Amino acid sequence: MAQPHGEGGHSPLQQFEVKTLIDLPSVGGMDVSFTNSSLMMVIALALITGFMTLAMRERSLVPGRLQMVAESAYEFIANLIRDTVGSEGRPYFPLVFSLFTFVLMGNLLGMLPYSFTFTSHIIVTFALAIAVFIGVTILGFVKHGMHFFTFFAPAGTPPLLLPLLVPIEILSYLSRPVSLSVRLFANMLAGHTLLKVIAGFVALMGAAGVLPLALLVALNGLEILIALLQAYVFAILTCLYINDALHLH
Amino acid sequence: MEMEAAKYIGAGLAMIGMIGSGIGMGNVFSSFILGVSRNPAARGEVFTMTMLGFALVEAIALFALVIALLILFG
Repeated sequence: MAQPHGEGGHSPLQQFEVKTLIDLPSVGGMDVSFTNSSLMMVIALALITGFMTLAMRERSLVPGRLQMVAESAYEFIANLIRDTVGSEGRPYFPLVFSLFTFVLMGNLLGMLPYSFTFTSHIIVTFALAIAVFIGVTILGFVKHGMHFFTFFAPAGTPPLLLPLLVPIEILSYLSRPVSLSVRLFANMLAGHTLLKVIAGFVALMGAAGVLPLALLVALNGLEILIALLQAYVFAILTCLYINDALHLH
Repeated sequence: MEMEAAKYIGAGLAMIGMIGSGIGMGNVFSSFILGVSRNPAARGEVFTMTMLGFALVEAIALFALVIALLILFG
């Protein structure tokens, strides 16, 4: 497995390969086999659901340590929604909590050796981002009707500037799902590729390999921070988009 | 010019976009340091916004990286 010649067998991008674990017959021309990506998603789901159900099993008024952890996670997202959206954001708490914990578990599970980071694929992050974007746009139209289009013309702009400003605002609005998805995807891709490249140097340099090894330890710590941070950023941006749809600036 | 050479040059040029991210990152943390030095009590709340700012600025650098990788391998 260790390639003393570096570029010999494995490339740093091989970790992102989607391998089929259980072959399932294709549905409507699409391959719906159970892959390592699906397995990681199921594990993430099982961990989150299992933890929250288990921790809240004895619903004591004064929480013990485990219940405290679950309540802290709840409170973290509830405070986030209250600070960004306000009290009208409470119906959207399950969405934001699910997004946050799913992305968080996906990022963190990728830090385990020999596992797969399902958030490092653009299709996964784009699916999440486009779901948020379409949901928030529909929310804006349901709440404000045609008045939603005043979102693209900020209050107090001189009418002469409007033909220039409105297309720019529309373009920046349409770029939201792209930026939301690419931010998460590129962070995960770049981080894990960098880890693999430095790890290749450790094997290559023999005895002097303790130097890249020390760097690797520091980089792993940074990657865990990035995993937590990117999940938080995804959640807070979702809350900000919901705020935009509900309050139109 | 060969396709391979053009790809390498294109990828190198695309990475110039990271200059903006470097300047922005310095701005974010310099504002954090100045803000905390003026009002040390606000540290907790300002730190949360600093982390948000860091992630958003980092995203710009990674957009440049994605374009470079697309040019190089797409």
